[in-house]
Amino acid sequence: MLSFLARRLLLLIPVLFGILFITFALARMIPGDPCIMALGERATAEQCFQYRERFGLNDSIPVQFAHYLGNLAQGNLGNSLRTSEAVGDVVLLRLPMTVELAFTAMLIASIVGITLGIISAYWNNSPIDVMTMMGANLGVSMPVFFSGLMLAYFFAIVLLDTPLWLPPSGRLTSGITLTPLVETFHWQNLSGAPLVVVTFISNMATINSLISGDWPVFWDALRHLILPAVTVGSISTAIIARMTRSSLLDVMGLDYIRTARAKGLREQLVIFRHALRNAMLPIITIVGLQLGHLLGGAILTETIFGLPGVGQIMVDSIYARDYPALQAFVVVIAVIFVMVNLIVDISYAYLDPRIRLQ
Amino acid sequence: MEPDNATVSSVATQTRRNLWLDALRHLLEKRSAVVGLSMLIGLAAIALLAPALATHDPIQPLSDIKRNTPPCIRLLGCPDSQPQHIFGIDGNNRDFFSRMLYGARLSLIIGFATVSLALTVGTLLGAVSGYVGGWIDNVIMRIMDVMLAFPFLLLAIFLVAVLGPGLINALLAISIVSIPGYARIARASVVSVKEMDYVTADRALGVSPARILFRRILPNAMTPLIVQGTLGIGTAIISAAALSFLGLGAQPPTPEWGIMLAEERNNLFNAPHLLFIPGVAITLTVLGFNLLGDGLRDALDPRLNR
Repeated sequence: MLSFLARRLLLLIPVLFGILFITFALARMIPGDPCIMALGERATAEQCFQYRERFGLNDSIPVQFAHYLGNLAQGNLGNSLRTSEAVGDVVLLRLPMTVELAFTAMLIASIVGITLGIISAYWNNSPIDVMTMMGANLGVSMPVFFSGLMLAYFFAIVLLDTPLWLPPSGRLTSGITLTPLVETFHWQNLSGAPLVVVTFISNMATINSLISGDWPVFWDALRHLILPAVTVGSISTAIIARMTRSSLLDVMGLDYIRTARAKGLREQLVIFRHALRNAMLPIITIVGLQLGHLLGGAILTETIFGLPGVGQIMVDSIYARDYPALQAFVVVIAVIFVMVNLIVDISYAYLDPRIRLQ
Repeated sequence: MEPDNATVSSVATQTRRNLWLDALRHLLEKRSAVVGLSMLIGLAAIALLAPALATHDPIQPLSDIKRNTPPCIRLLGCPDSQPQHIFGIDGNNRDFFSRMLYGARLSLIIGFATVSLALTVGTLLGAVSGYVGGWIDNVIMRIMDVMLAFPFLLLAIFLVAVLGPGLINALLAISIVSIPGYARIARASVVSVKEMDYVTADRALGVSPARILFRRILPNAMTPLIVQGTLGIGTAIISAAALSFLGLGAQPPTPEWGIMLAEERNNLFNAPHLLFIPGVAITLTVLGFNLLGDGLRDALDPRLNR
């Protein structure tokens, strides 16, 4: 297992390097002079030279890339051209929302998808199986920006004034505010990495209110999260349901299942104790692969539901031609994606000894 | 006794024709594939006949009617005093039905154009990679790995930001992002075919590597690419609509379904049908390609027991 882990971590280095290089190179291929964008049309050649000198833009490209890597290693993601804020701070403020959304969606998609898949496989070829699979086909084909708008229409307009009403936009009802965890627990003397971690967790509204035991805020945050999370997770739910069904049906045809049945085990035990364990491997892979879709879907869904996450500010920074910010957001999301895939690979190897021995 | 030439050629054509006929027969036996195929034929008919079916210009605003006027259909009792607008009027005083028809055209063009480009480039890269091997293989496939390390839509958004918003650039971005998927499949197929006896025989006969690759190996490695391409058209249409929805793809007043949804977003409360119709249209189009792709996968797989 250790050698597998070492090999997998070594493979990570070229991929991370590639991600950084591609985003760096693409950001430099963007047309337009960064100096004019930052200082405006009236900037003189002298001012521009000084600007370029200050940000190291007069150096050769390899030197610039080395500087960029050096800055990243120190946790410096650069400054936004639009607001001159440190992009790292913006990420710390906005990313928790996106991560919260994507992971809640993943949780919903896994639970609902696996349950539907089991039901479908258990009653194979029955009307309920056909219905579920038709629903799954439809779910895979429906764009998230459409399902999001339809969910918002149904739960916010059709169900208005009923207990099932859900808010169509925003993170919290206006008037309700989130107290940073640092203040709740009087951790004013925190600094460095622990402060970053605490701030990150603190900016996830549901987790913050859960930790501080603030139930009204938790309930409000959760109600605002349900529609976006279901929207983001819709396609993944369908894909996971299909995968669970086919994987379970494959396993159900094997000899050891016949043996289990022959010794008189109840069907539920056969499925949950014997079949599902082996069927889980491909399901876990698919769940991990879904995270890419979920992060992409989160960008779209945030704009629909007016959620203040990275997706929303990323689209804003494209319109504002704020490329340092855009580059940083892309790098951060891609690195999260790679890390989750790494975790999936490792758990896969942990569950299936054949993989780590290869 | 040696068989004469006529027998040999008739036997050869017979088996060849049967292979494709078999695949078609298996495809038509699958109910979901037939449903998908019918949906797509209907869509293609709408797209081709759009100028004839459209009742109004898809881009010019109408002057004699209020915006967001609800649908008015003669068959469902629309009075003669009112003009007929099957899907009503959009937020910019245009006939929504005509816009939807022209949107079908754009969707199909988007789907086929992006997948054709991605499939061609991806297959070439993957085939060369798999056939030549060595450091070329390593370089190409590591680049593909890095591209696959980005979430699909995120990389497409970033590429559009670099190229500049617009429909053509959005299509280019989606094509580029789709290349690694096809390259991997093509490489895997080529690697599995290139050690076959008939390829070795060609090599022994001194056939040029390019001819072996294009005439011998690729035709036998096409099946998974055809399946992936069909499914990829659905993905391309959804992604292009998503980019347009974010304002990065087609620009107004283009009658493209994604931007139509984005334009009518604020009408969710007073005219939800303006969102419902293009949304359903995108869903059905993608569903058609997905059903056909799934059906093709089963029909073209000779290993499946039937």
